[in-house]
Parts: sequence; C-alpha cells; structure tokens
Amino acid sequence: MKGTGAETRGRSAKKRAGKQDRQKQKKKQWELRLYTAGQTSKSLAAFANLKAICEEHVPGCYEIEVVDLLVNPQLAKGDQIIAIPTLVRKLPVPIRKIIGDLSNTERVLVGLDLRPLN
Amino acid sequence: MATVRNKAPKPEGLEKCPTGIAGLDEITGGGLPKGRPTLVVGSAGSGKTLLSMEFLVRGATGYNEPGVFVAFEETAAELSKNVSSLGFEVDALVAKKKLAVDYIYIERSEIEETGEYDLEGLFVRLGHAIQSVGAKRVVLDTIEVLFAGLPNAAILRAELRRLFRWLKDVGVTAIITGERGEHSLTRYGLEEYVADCVILLDHRVTDQLSIRRLRVVKYRGSAHGTNEYPFLIDEHGFSILPITSLGLTHEAPKEKVPTGIPRLDAMFAVGGYYRGSSVLISGTAGSGKTSMAAHFADALCRSGGRCLFFSFEESESQILRNMRSIGLDLSKWTKKGLLKVHSARPHLYGLERHLVQMHKLIADFKPRAVVVDPVSNMIKAGNLVDVSSMLTRLVDYLKLEKITSVFTSLVSGDSEIAAGIGISSLMDTWLALQCIGSNGEMNRGIQIVKSRGMAHSNQVREFNLTGRGIAIADVYLGPSGMLTGTARAVREAEDRALREKQKDEFDGRMRELRRKRKAMEAKVEELKAEIRADDEELRELVSRDREQDREQNGQRAARAHLRGAD
Repeated sequence: MKGTGAETRGRSAKKRAGKQDRQKQKKKQWELRLYTAGQTSKSLAAFANLKAICEEHVPGCYEIEVVDLLVNPQLAKGDQIIAIPTLVRKLPVPIRKIIGDLSNTERVLVGLDLRPLN
Repeated sequence: MATVRNKAPKPEGLEKCPTGIAGLDEITGGGLPKGRPTLVVGSAGSGKTLLSMEFLVRGATGYNEPGVFVAFEETAAELSKNVSSLGFEVDALVAKKKLAVDYIYIERSEIEETGEYDLEGLFVRLGHAIQSVGAKRVVLDTIEVLFAGLPNAAILRAELRRLFRWLKDVGVTAIITGERGEHSLTRYGLEEYVADCVILLDHRVTDQLSIRRLRVVKYRGSAHGTNEYPFLIDEHGFSILPITSLGLTHEAPKEKVPTGIPRLDAMFAVGGYYRGSSVLISGTAGSGKTSMAAHFADALCRSGGRCLFFSFEESESQILRNMRSIGLDLSKWTKKGLLKVHSARPHLYGLERHLVQMHKLIADFKPRAVVVDPVSNMIKAGNLVDVSSMLTRLVDYLKLEKITSVFTSLVSGDSEIAAGIGISSLMDTWLALQCIGSNGEMNRGIQIVKSRGMAHSNQVREFNLTGRGIAIADVYLGPSGMLTGTARAVREAEDRALREKQKDEFDGRMRELRRKRKAMEAKVEELKAEIRADDEELRELVSRDREQDREQNGQRAARAHLRGAD
C-alpha cells in the first residue's frame, strides 16, 4: 500500500520524516495519509497545517503519505474517501478520519488523539 | 414480461432512457429523462433499491448501457446477494465490466471535521467508476446517508447541487433514491436538487393486505401517467401494471366464438360471443355460472383453442369432477394441454399480485380465452374500487390481446338482475342467470342482459343442468309469466293433450266431410241418371211424334187421293 499512491510531495514528506527518524532514533509511531484531489488551496493548506502540527507534537515519529485521487482515483475506495481533503490515521490503530483543511488545530489534535501520546 | 409494449408517441425534444422495467416505460412514455437525474422516493422497504438496480441491470443487459451503482447502505456483496433473488446476476455483470458497484461507507463517529472541505472524493470515485465501465446510467442509493454522516449540512447541500449538475454534464441518466419524509417529499429535501423526474413508491397495508404502488409525481417536459399504479416485486423483478394509462385503442375483431351451448348461440344474432369480448355471467349461488363457463371452455378446447381457467373457489380436480357430472369431460383437454386450470384463494395475496400472476400466466400460456370464476370473490382481496380498477386493467389487457374472457360473478339477494359488482359496464356481453322460484321449486333461467354490437334475444329462457350438459328449454309463457320446472312440464303435457284432442276433432270433421261429399256425389250420380232417363224419354217422345206426323201425312195423302183432289 505504502508508496503506491504517494506522489512527489508525499515522497518528500516521507523522506523528511525518515531523516528525522534517523536523527531521533525513534520508531515511527504515526502513520498518516492525506487524501487530496489536485493541488487545491484546501489541500495545500491541509498539508501545511498537518506538517506543522506533527512537527510540533510528534516530531520525528510520523510519516505523511499524500494520495492525489486525481492521479489514483481507485485508491479512494480503500479508505472510503468522500470528502477532500481527508486525513486518515493509519497508525496507531484504530483508524481515524479527519476531514477538512485541518485549520482547527484543537480539533485535529482531538481527532488524531495526539495529546496523550505526547 | 407480461405487459404489452404499446409506446405512446414521444414528445419532441426530450430524449428518454428506457428502463426496461415492465410497465414503467409505458407510464413515463418511454423511460426516464436521458442524461438527467431522477428521484425515486419511498419509505423503507418500498423497493427503491430494487427498482434502481433493475434499471441498471436491464440497461446493461438489454440496452448495452453499462451502469454504476453507488451504494451507501449495503455493501457490494450484500447488494448482489439481495438482488440475486430477483434473478439479477450482479457479480457476473461486474465481471463483464457492464456494471460497477461502489459501496460508500460513512461513519459519523469516525469522522472529525476540521475546517473547509468538499466532496471531491465522491466525485472522483464516481467519475472513476463511470470511466471504468463506460457507464451511461448511475444510481445513488441513497445519498441521504451523507446527511447523517457529514455534520456540515451547508457544505453538503452545496456539494449535492454541484453533484447533480456534474451528473448532467457527464450526461449519465441517474436515479437518486431518497427516504420518504414526513412533511416534504424526502426527508432531506432532495427534491430541491433533482427536479426533472420524481417517482414515488409506496407500500401500504390495507385490511392486512399489502399493496405496493408507484406514482410518477413529476416529469418535467413530458406527459406521463399520473395515477397510482400497483406494482409487484417477484422473482423476475419489478412489474408495474400501467394498462389503464393508455387509451382504448384495441381493435374489435368480428369473428364469433361459440358459447358452448347451441341454443344459447342462437340467441345471439352473430351466433356466439365476439372474439376478444368480455362476457359476464352473473347469478346467484347455484345458478350454474361455473357450468356455463365450463361449457364455453369445453367448446373452445374442442375447436383447438387454448383456454385458461382461473378458479378462485374450487381446485382443478374438483372442477373436473363437477363438470363430469353434467357430461363435460374437461380432463381430456387438460391432458392435451389445451385447458389450464389455475386455482388460488383470493386472499392468498393482494389484488395486484393476482393481476400480475394472471398476466404472467396469460403471457406464458397464450390462451384464446380466459375464464375467471368467480370474479366477485376478488372482493376478499381488496375493496370494490380496487377490484373494479383491477378488472378494468385485466379486461383491457385481454382485449388488447384479443382474448375472449368470461367472468362469473356471484350476486346476492333475490333481485332478478343484481349488479355485477360494478363491472357490468366493462363487459360487452352480460348473461344473467337467475333462480326462478315458483310452485315450491327453484328453476334456472338465463337472460341476455346486453350484448354489445349484436342483436340478441330478449327472452328469459329456462335451462336445465342435464347429464349431457346445459339444455335450454322451450319457452312457455303462462298468464303469470314464464313457466318453469314442473309448471312447464305440466303445461307441456297439457299442450300435448290439447293437441291430441284437436287432432281427434280434426280427424272426425275430416271424416264427416268426406262422408258428406260421398253422399252428395251419390246424389249427383242419381240426378245424372234421372237426367239421362228423362233425355231418353224425350228422345222417345220426339221420335214417336215424328212417326205420327209421317203416318198422318201418309193418311192425308191417301185420303186426298181417294177424294181425287190435287
């Protein structure tokens, strides 16, 4: 699954996450997947917001995969994507979904259940 | 299927997409609006999903139009299992790329909403599914689930508007299903977005009988049947019965069909019923309705035609046995496959199910005539209005197919001609059987109340159920009306006696006259002899006179000579 849907932006994000991973010598606990449909302002905002939140709360132990449904529409079925952008927390289980541009940081944290791990 | 394809002329401008669902295309005058979304509304269990699935399956199999089914409520596996009971092989169609099923699942509790979003994901999925099979038809069943799954109704509504516009742009014919709302048509006001065509499905239970109905609420830019049409979901899918939606356009054949009773044939000017006409045989209990109908069936089978006998009171073997008692051996026709008896209790299922069942049997068996015995029992499966409308549809269908139909109807009360549960006006020919009570006995009478398009006897005739079938008796009219039964027999005997007496008298008079004539002839002979005798005498006298004359002349000459005269 991993990598197949990742477009360039996703890969760069992964690379960065991997670098931080190496730096901190920590296991990746957070596996996130962001579904977009083209580079819309909402998608770009969501990615930026997500990155900022992750950097702040779980630096080094996350991986973001960006799936562009315009490129790989068949991938929408797997995670039951309807709304764009949708962030799916693959790990840790259970799977959680957050829709919207992730501008409301509080709700993203609640949705990802980030705080207790921090 | 059972229904007749009788296409109404299509209105100009609006292209239609045939659904392939029996009856629906007739109501809508050709199908759903092509390239536009149609809303199918109904309460739970009204058949929305099945209707839309059949639309796709028929499109894929019959019209080479692949389809996409977007299910919000059932998974693809569940869906395919559920509709397999209707004979739809969804999995096979999916494998052949004729159909794509996408299950969209939304769980509110799993979704957190943060900020702006749109439903592009849905568009992408839909677009992908449409592309993957080259779909011309799309079903969204039921998109209202989104209202429950997504918290932001404002975004949802804007996106739905966009979705329906997008569907139109893509040019697919779509069915959107929606749950019936309490105050508005749909619970979430979907009719706001889908305004081209709205079809309402209803499932109600009256008197413990369930009736499914369909109504086209709205069809922008097209004429459509506005009635509520009963429909049925059975092993072949949907069947809608739109028979009354079309005008009375059936042809009227001129051929006759014998009634099975020669003397009854003679009472009709054309010598029987018209082919394709509907005949009502009404009568009180025990007046011989079934026997009359059986005679008709027997005569038809004898001429090689097929007859379908719907019995709502008796089983097949019971009918065969009972008819044998009046000398009709129907079993030879059933063995030959010319007669088919279909027995069912009227309250076994609802009216429209009966109707569809009958349609189906008629379509399968292709009979030349149909007997429904008795139609009045249908009341048990519905109310009078429903029964009458159901019969209208049945009669229309039969007429369209040129199938002669005989309906028997039980009438109660002792009125001579009780109304045949409001269906008599539908019937072309009406035979009223009556029990005539007099002299402490009951006798059967038959009367042609009406027979459209032909002259007919106006006389009430008595008939008997004999071991050789129904026999119509001679008419005896007494001072107090028609004589029946023993009164008729007595009268017959009296008549016979009278005739004999008259004959005796006649013979006597003849003898008398003959004798008189002989006497007169003898007298004539006597007179003639007298004349002859007189003539003889006359001649004698004349000759004697001449003799005397000659003698006198001789003497005179002698005397003159003696006197010496000159």
